[in-house]
Amino acid sequence: MKWIAAALLAGLLLLLPLFAGDFYINLASQILIAAIFALSLNLLVGFGGMTSLGHASYLGVAAYISALLTSRYGFGHGAAAIISIAGTIATAAFFGIIALRATGLGFLMITLALSQVLWGLAYRMSDVTNGDNGIAGLTRPMPFDISLDGAAAFYWFALIVASIAFLMMAVFVSSSFGSSLKGVRDQPRRMAALGFNPWMIRWITFIYAGFWGGVSGLLYVYYNKYIHPTSLSTTSSAEALLGVIAGGSGTLGGPVVGATLVLLLKNYASAYIERWNMLLGLVFLFIVLVMPTGIVPGLSKLMARLRRGSR
Amino acid sequence: MQFWIIQGLNSLSLGGLLFLLSSGFSLIFGLMRLANLTHGAFFMLGTYFGATALRAYSGLNIWVTALGAGFAVAAIGGLFERLVLTRLKTNPLGQVLVTLGMSFIISDACLVLWGGDSIPVPTPHNLQAPTRVLGFVFPTYRLVLVGCAIAAAIALYFLMERTRLGAMIRAGVDDRQMARAVGIPVSNLFTIVFCLGAGIAGAGGVLGGPILSAYPGLDADMLPLALIVVILGGIGSLLGAFVGSFIIGFIYTFGTALFPELAYIILFLPMIVVIAFRPQGLFGRVGA
Repeated sequence: MKWIAAALLAGLLLLLPLFAGDFYINLASQILIAAIFALSLNLLVGFGGMTSLGHASYLGVAAYISALLTSRYGFGHGAAAIISIAGTIATAAFFGIIALRATGLGFLMITLALSQVLWGLAYRMSDVTNGDNGIAGLTRPMPFDISLDGAAAFYWFALIVASIAFLMMAVFVSSSFGSSLKGVRDQPRRMAALGFNPWMIRWITFIYAGFWGGVSGLLYVYYNKYIHPTSLSTTSSAEALLGVIAGGSGTLGGPVVGATLVLLLKNYASAYIERWNMLLGLVFLFIVLVMPTGIVPGLSKLMARLRRGSR
Repeated sequence: MQFWIIQGLNSLSLGGLLFLLSSGFSLIFGLMRLANLTHGAFFMLGTYFGATALRAYSGLNIWVTALGAGFAVAAIGGLFERLVLTRLKTNPLGQVLVTLGMSFIISDACLVLWGGDSIPVPTPHNLQAPTRVLGFVFPTYRLVLVGCAIAAAIALYFLMERTRLGAMIRAGVDDRQMARAVGIPVSNLFTIVFCLGAGIAGAGGVLGGPILSAYPGLDADMLPLALIVVILGGIGSLLGAFVGSFIIGFIYTFGTALFPELAYIILFLPMIVVIAFRPQGLFGRVGA
């Protein structure tokens, strides 16, 4: 059953551009990007027990470095991608050293403060980042001389990257390292007593999450061909966190479902009302008050109960 | 020389403003173990209330306005605490997310109500004449603001150390369970402290108005400053908030004046140094 469902889903995703219009293909590309971003944040929030409110930093750093290198310094996309990912990893390693001095709410506040610093820089250092105008007129890469300018081509490109990302993160959390991460989340003292180094485990996870955040940032800037400081804002971090929590943190499917919902909500709501931030706030209140464990765990509990009932 | 003295006084007034912002944040965190991310929005709400009132009635006294706006924001904060936060007592992460959601709602509501243009807040008439300090001309209002912050600090100190309410709050901070067991109504204290913290932020917003003016995004500008101040000074410590505010006031003012583009980086250097060597902050207790 499970395999059939997975194969059906894979086929549907693969063949989507054949029967959907450009609008829906682009929407699906955005969902894939948001899903990678939410999955990477979920490594911290769900599996590591480190609630970060500054994850947009890594998306933004990768996107800004790539945008600057390609548009201003004439780098090719390949070199720019490698440098921006390296830059993102370095940023995550540095921020991790600072933020992991604290746990819990202290960690959350430090990640928020650090990401606000980056946001402030993107806004104020206008001769580098172009400030509030953002950086426009960017191009998409051409891997193996294939143009990604069409909606379908970009969708397939994003789908390949997203599939690799999903698999890599699934392997990460189911590996023995992933088990020790969950151990550190639940019982840091016992893990330390067993000879593990909780700090190192958290730090490696922090960098790994930053890396995938950077990958989603690259896709983000390729898709939009534009980057603006709002991508680094608390709203951007909060949207991803809402996706993770709404879908169900600590599961692999949850963040994908949550990110999809947030993105659909954002797209459809912005067609009717201008007040996205207010709606985002209300959804936050609703999710936390009504279904604190998220949609996917809630549904699987329901399924388990139904199955037991039918027997 | 003039530059240093003027900027020094500017730093003092920014520090005073930051204390009005961060003392409430620190109080709330100390008692409730809640990172109140709505705090910047409360401050902004106070500024908008003040701007509206002072522009509508030109004879209105800014101190009365600050008091009124403080009470109004405290009431909003109290409602929020009673209706939402108390439901999430066992879910600290949920509480933070809800305060974040609330800050989005408030800042967007301000945008709807007051529009996207910044609204200047008039300086009180009797404080418009500049004062001479050591032979240098300096705006009187900014000096008065420092006085306000010091007065607020002293008042808060007496409230916490010399009154029955303060003793109960300190008991709740030290050991919530034990405080409940000896009959202290900790849940009511939560509401009182949340109202108090929100009220100080709201009043501070009015007092900061003539310097900052009310504009959308003020909350996003102020919240990180409050966070940096309390991380630096020690979360939950009033003295830490006081010292941290003035340190950040100086660093931010001189940073902006000397290296305008790097001010934001310079701002968080002291935070990194303190976190590296004293994760609990300058005046925080271990494990706070």
